[in-house]
This record gives sequence, C-alpha cells and structure tokens, in this order.
Amino acid sequence: MEPGPISTTAGPLPRADGAALTKRSSLSVTLRHSGWAAPRDRQRLPAPREPLALCEVAAPWPQPFPASAPSPRRPPLGGRERPAGAEGLSSPPPARGEMPVAVLRPHPDTQRGSAPVTPILPRPRHDGPGSTEMAAKMLGPGLQASAGGGSTGSTGPVEGKNEAAMSELVPEPRQKPAVPMKPMGINANLLGYIGIDTIIEQMRKKTMKTGFDFNIMVVGQSGLGKSTLVNTLFKSQVSRKSSGWNREEKIPKTVEIKAIGHVIEEGGVKMKLTVIDTPGFGDQINNENCWEPIEKYINEQYEKFLKEEVNIARKKRIPDTRVHCCLYFISPTGHSLRPLDLEFMKHLSKVVNIIPVIAKADTMTLEEKTEFKQRVRKELEVNGIEFYPQKEFDEDLEDKTENDKIRQESMPFAVVGSDKEYQVNGKRVLGRKTPWGIIEVENLTHCEFALLRDFVIRTHLQDLKEVTHNIHYETYRAKRLNDNGGLPPMTVETEENHESNL
Amino acid sequence: MSKQQPAQFTNPETPGYVGFANLPNQVHRKSVKKGFEFTLMVVGESGLGKSTLINSLFLTDLYPERIIPGAAEKIERTVQIEASTVEIEERGVKLRLTVVDTPGYGDAINCRDCFKTIISYIDEQFERYLHDESGLNRRHIIDNRVHCCFYFISPFGHGLKPLDVEFMKAIHNKVNIVPVIAKADTLSLKERERLKKRILDEIEEHGIKIYHLPDAESDEDEDFKEQTRLLKTSIPFCVVGSNQLIEAKGKKVRGRLYPWGVVEVENPEHNDFLKLRTMLITHMQDLQEVTQDLHYENFRSERLKRGGRKIEDEEVNKDQILLEKEAELRRMQEMIARMQAQMQMQMQSGEGDSSTVPGHHV
Repeated sequence: MEPGPISTTAGPLPRADGAALTKRSSLSVTLRHSGWAAPRDRQRLPAPREPLALCEVAAPWPQPFPASAPSPRRPPLGGRERPAGAEGLSSPPPARGEMPVAVLRPHPDTQRGSAPVTPILPRPRHDGPGSTEMAAKMLGPGLQASAGGGSTGSTGPVEGKNEAAMSELVPEPRQKPAVPMKPMGINANLLGYIGIDTIIEQMRKKTMKTGFDFNIMVVGQSGLGKSTLVNTLFKSQVSRKSSGWNREEKIPKTVEIKAIGHVIEEGGVKMKLTVIDTPGFGDQINNENCWEPIEKYINEQYEKFLKEEVNIARKKRIPDTRVHCCLYFISPTGHSLRPLDLEFMKHLSKVVNIIPVIAKADTMTLEEKTEFKQRVRKELEVNGIEFYPQKEFDEDLEDKTENDKIRQESMPFAVVGSDKEYQVNGKRVLGRKTPWGIIEVENLTHCEFALLRDFVIRTHLQDLKEVTHNIHYETYRAKRLNDNGGLPPMTVETEENHESNL
Repeated sequence: MSKQQPAQFTNPETPGYVGFANLPNQVHRKSVKKGFEFTLMVVGESGLGKSTLINSLFLTDLYPERIIPGAAEKIERTVQIEASTVEIEERGVKLRLTVVDTPGYGDAINCRDCFKTIISYIDEQFERYLHDESGLNRRHIIDNRVHCCFYFISPFGHGLKPLDVEFMKAIHNKVNIVPVIAKADTLSLKERERLKKRILDEIEEHGIKIYHLPDAESDEDEDFKEQTRLLKTSIPFCVVGSNQLIEAKGKKVRGRLYPWGVVEVENPEHNDFLKLRTMLITHMQDLQEVTQDLHYENFRSERLKRGGRKIEDEEVNKDQILLEKEAELRRMQEMIARMQAQMQMQMQSGEGDSSTVPGHHV
C-alpha cells in the first residue's frame, strides 16, 4: 500500500446540503489508498482510486452516539454543556488499526457519490491563512500519531470523527486530551507545488452544481417593512408580498408562519432561498406568548432534520429547512426597545441566530439614530441577549476583532428597504422618493442597508448556517437524545427497516 | 326710535340702532380678561413623537426633565396619567393649557387593561365637574374636562391596529377624538394618501365617531369656507413635530435635518402640521362646546338616570334582576309541571280509546 499524494480539503467540511459542518473545518486528510475497502454499509461509496473530493475522514457512522467530551473549541450556547450523546466520536474499528495511513471515509452526511461542496466565500477565514498551512496543520496531528482522537479543532461530531479516523494511524485507543484549539502543527515545508489549493476550485465547482439552501425568517410587527427588506436584500420578489398576498389583508388573529421558497441564481451558483414570514406577530392587543408558534416552528425544523439524520436509509442530501437566520425588526421609536422585543429575543436567541434590525430608519436623523442604537445595544447587553454574531463563538483573534467591530458599532443595522428605482445623479438607484429628497437604499450615508446585506450575504452567510448546524441544532439534538435516554428517536421508517432487516 | 346717545362703537345715525351689536365685544373683553382653559389629552404608543408634537404646537417645552425608561422597566409599568399645565399668553390673551399625557399606553405585552385607567380619568373629570356644578358655590368651577383627545396612529402599520380600534370605540362617546398620523416623514406622499384612506375606511367600518369639523356658516367669507373644506378632507392629519431650527434655503425653519433633505414642520407640502394647528386654534371653542353639549350631557344623563348611585350599585341591581328572573323561571316550571300532570290524567282517563293522540310523549 503506497500512500498516494496527500490532498487535503482546505475549508469547511462539506455537508449533505452543502452547508459547512464545522466552522473551523480542520482539513481532512484524504489519501489515495489502494487497499481501501468500503465500510460495512457504505456500498455506495466511490472506489478508492478516484480522487475523492472533499470528504472528511470520518468514523464509521452506524455507531450510536456515545458520550463525548464537549469540544473546547465551540463552547455551547449560553454555557450549556454539550451533553453526552451529542457526539459521534467513537473509537475506530480496530480492524483498521494496522493501516499506516489514514483512510478516507466520506462523512456520513455527505452524498454517497460526490460530496457537495460548500460555497467558497470571499472571506478566506474558512480556508485559513492558506491551504498549505492548513494542510500542514492537519498533517501535523495525524503524523504525530498522537492519541489524537483529541479535539484538535473538533467542533462537532464530524470533526471528532475526523480525529477518530486519524487516530487509526495508531492502534491506540483514542483518548481525549485537552489540546488547544489551534493545531500547533508541524509546519511541513513543502518542497514544491502540490496543488492543494486547487481544492478551492473543486469546491466551487461542486457548489455550483449542487447549490445550497438558505432559510431566513423575518419577525416583527406588521408594517415595519419586512417583506420589502427581504425583496431588497435578494433583489427579487421573494417575499410573501409578491406571492399572492394582498397588501390589504387583515391582521391575522394569531401568529401564522408562512414559508415561501424560491431558487435564485447568480454567477452559476444556485441558492434555494426560503423566506419564512410571521404575520400577526405583535399586532394583537394581548401579545403574550406570541413567540411560541415561532419557537415551535423552529424546533419542528430541527426535529425534521434530526429524524432524517437518524434514519437508517437516509436521503442523499438531507433537505435543510432549519432556520439559519432570524431578522428581528425593531420599531424605530427613538426611545428604547419594547417589552415584547425583549421577551422575544430572550426566548429565541437560544434557538436561532437573531440579527436585530432597526426598521424604517428614515424616521430618524443621524443623531437620533446613533443614540437609539446605543440604547438598544445597551439594553440587549443588560438583559443578556446574545444576538448573532455571538461573542462565544469567535474562534480566533481575527474573528473576534472583526465581529467586535460589527457588534459594537454597526449593530443593530438601521435599514431602509425599497423595491422602486429612481434616477439620482444620472444613475438608477433603489430608493424612496419624498418631497424633500430621495433616500437611497444603498448609500451608506443614508442608511445601513448595504452593511446588512454584506454582513448577511457576502461575509457571514456560511457562518450563519454553520452556527445553526453546529450549535443550535446540536443543542436541540442533545436535548432530544437525552430525553430519549441517549438513543436516537425512532421514526416509523426506521422501525420498518428494522423489521425488514431481521 | 333711535337713541341720541353718543355711540362709541358703531354708526349711531342708523335708524333703529339699539347698540347690542356690541355685545360680542363685551364678551370678548371679558373672556380675554378671564382667560381660556383647554385640556388636551394625547394618547398613543411611546415613541410616536407625542411630546415633540405638543412642544411644537404650543412652542413650549412641556417636559424639561424627561427620563425615558428602558424596556425592562416598561414591562412592570402600567398606564399612568400625567397632567401638565402651562399658561400661555399671546397678545394679551391668556390660555391655560393642560396637557394630559398617558405614558405606558400600548407598551405592555398585554394591553387589555390599557384603557381602563384612561377611561376612569375622563369619567372622573366629568364627575368632578358635575359635582361642582350641582354644588352651592358655582362661581369658580375649574373645567378640567378633557376637551380633545389626539390619538396618535403609528405610520408604520397598514392602518389601524386592533388596539387603536378598541380604544377609540371605548372613548368615542366621552371625548372628541382627533386621529393624528405621527412621524409622517416616514411616508411618501402616495403612501400617505393610501394610509389616510385606509384609516378613514376602517374608522367607518367600525363605527368610530371621531370629531368632525362643523361646516362653515354660509355667511363666513370664502377663504374661511375653503380653509374649512381643506381641513375636513385632510383628516387624519399627517404631522411631523420638531422644535429644532434648521437652516434651509437661506432661512431658519423648524424642521428635521436628514442626509437627504430637510423636512420642514411648517411647510404645508411636507406635512399637515399647520392644518392641525389651525384646526385646533380656530375650533378650540367648538371643541369645548361639543364637549359640554354632547359628551358631558351624555355623561350627566347617564349619571342621573342611575339616580346618583355609584357604579357598584349597578351590580347589585343586576343581582336583583337575576333573582327576579329566577323566580319567574321557577313559576314557569311549576306551570309546566301542572300542565303535564293534567295531561297525564287525561291520558289515563282516555286510555281505553284507541285513538289516542299519537306521538304524545309526556
């Protein structure tokens, strides 16, 4: 068995639906290996000779989810421990112990055939300072053959599996040493150009083929411009307003959840965007517990995903309907938050990423805006509400400084939305026309819409999905499994399969 | 017969001139000396610019030391009534203006009890006036009755909210409601028109009685008639309030400075502030009259019908009525029982007959 050239995935772990699984996806080591055999129930895996794209080395999937150490890298939200059962680490099958090299095993969640690729974002964060370095880092622990099942960069079950598989390099049982997050790897000095950085191109190609999902929820009182803002964000008619909803409709008596999906394409990349609207929120006289339908919906999506994940015969790509991002619209009173805002955010910041947004910001002058934002920020802080980007999940200094800047200066974004175009200085811009001037939506001196758009779409889109999957979903999953006694929840199909397998 | 007195006022030579045409002037002088009183109530969610608007309307600063509570404090708070009185004088005419503010309205998560405080305040003022009026010494009755209520509608919604509708329905028989659309610089002209129409439709749909300007008398001049007509079509008023002086087009105006332009408070093309002010000033007397003749009279007749009993007695009344009804029910039941017994006897006596009344279940 000759080890082939080492190629690494630089970047986030590809997930079934294309979302990155781990924030700091350590590189997985994929090695060409001639004697590699498919794990027991993985008949559909490609033959080992083909260069497998972007599959992370993973522990064999069918093991139940045993207890695992909480990953030091991603502290759970709100200080919650990642309880037992949340992790899929398991000792590798001893049969493979002899193998001197790590074995490629596609991550259980990836497709049977090709692995979908996460979209490459302009931000190089995920890829690290450079693929080469990351590769070196990854090779480091592996080559060190440490009892390395440890949590170098284990952010979730997959990474754990990664370590587990890597530990196959050594026959030792995997321990969980407390190693710091940053792999202090051996900086392998590459003596020539290998081509590791072409992984980016490969990932890009994959993403373009498979596309990815993004689910965004908008919450706020009626009339705050939620639908218009979503249309402006995605520069298309994606909101409820344009899907047959009549503007003159009455306010519904209870909070309804309306999800509308669209596929938008740009530059060859397809995105399945789902906008989840919540008409009726905060509009009644008695608004007690009006957030409950929303919380229920979000948990239902997690449940759906969990059921699918736990299935024996899982789908190739688990359809991801979980809410990745929730834009909460604050009414621009100029005074402070309303009690309802506080209550909602308190309850929901633990289940979903909340991005507070000040709606209809053209009501306020610049001084009023800064003052209001300061007040809101302070109130959120005093009440312990962690909105996205959460402080706890800043992984390195770079992240922290960047996110700090956003958290302390720009958020909450004061936005104005519009889907009408006007002529200003010879160019056509989106804006609002008033007798005293035209408010340009994308002009940074007028409002912060451009900042919000860049934040949500251009820089943190992938991160939103990752945090949803790694933190919020995992928390939910752990709770469910704990309630179930450590076992995955059974669905009807799994039971049937059990029957048929017997 | 003309009097030969030296007439100080008007034409003494006119035959048949008596001179009581000067009565209005006398009244005018007396009232100017006495001064006017006016109580204005402002109701609306917090943050809609109520205080700013009042300050702009009367060019005063009614709330010099204002502390705005944070959201966490607002959770605990209930609606409060704060009345501030200010004496304004203009050209020798004194106006004693009382502004009744209602902080906490619409803030709570559950606003069911929002209006109870406000309604009881209004009733209390009526009650007090009634008491004073029926008293022995009626010389110095202070009129604290609410003459007008500005109801602030949020410009962000698509019309009236359920809370707005409920509240207006609860007080439209007690006070003159003037709906006002606040922070109107959020809206473009088309949006304003749409919102105004929507609100008027909803007001009509729910049968809310807002204050309607009286039509101009036929002997008024054209300008006034035109003005009144204009005012009537602009309800509800879209207003912007501000007391900051901004430099615009070379002159200093009150307005709000935005990066994209300046909103002038007193520009009729920008908002209806001037119209609101005009309406308030020219119809102040009318508002007071309607309060006295309509709302107060309603209240008074209700009160006197109850015979001066307090509201608690009404419940006692209800109990009595209940008892009576129960007694009646019992009587009816007894009658039915007797009838049934009779029919039983009839059936037994007529048992031999084959032709009994079919389907007779007793």
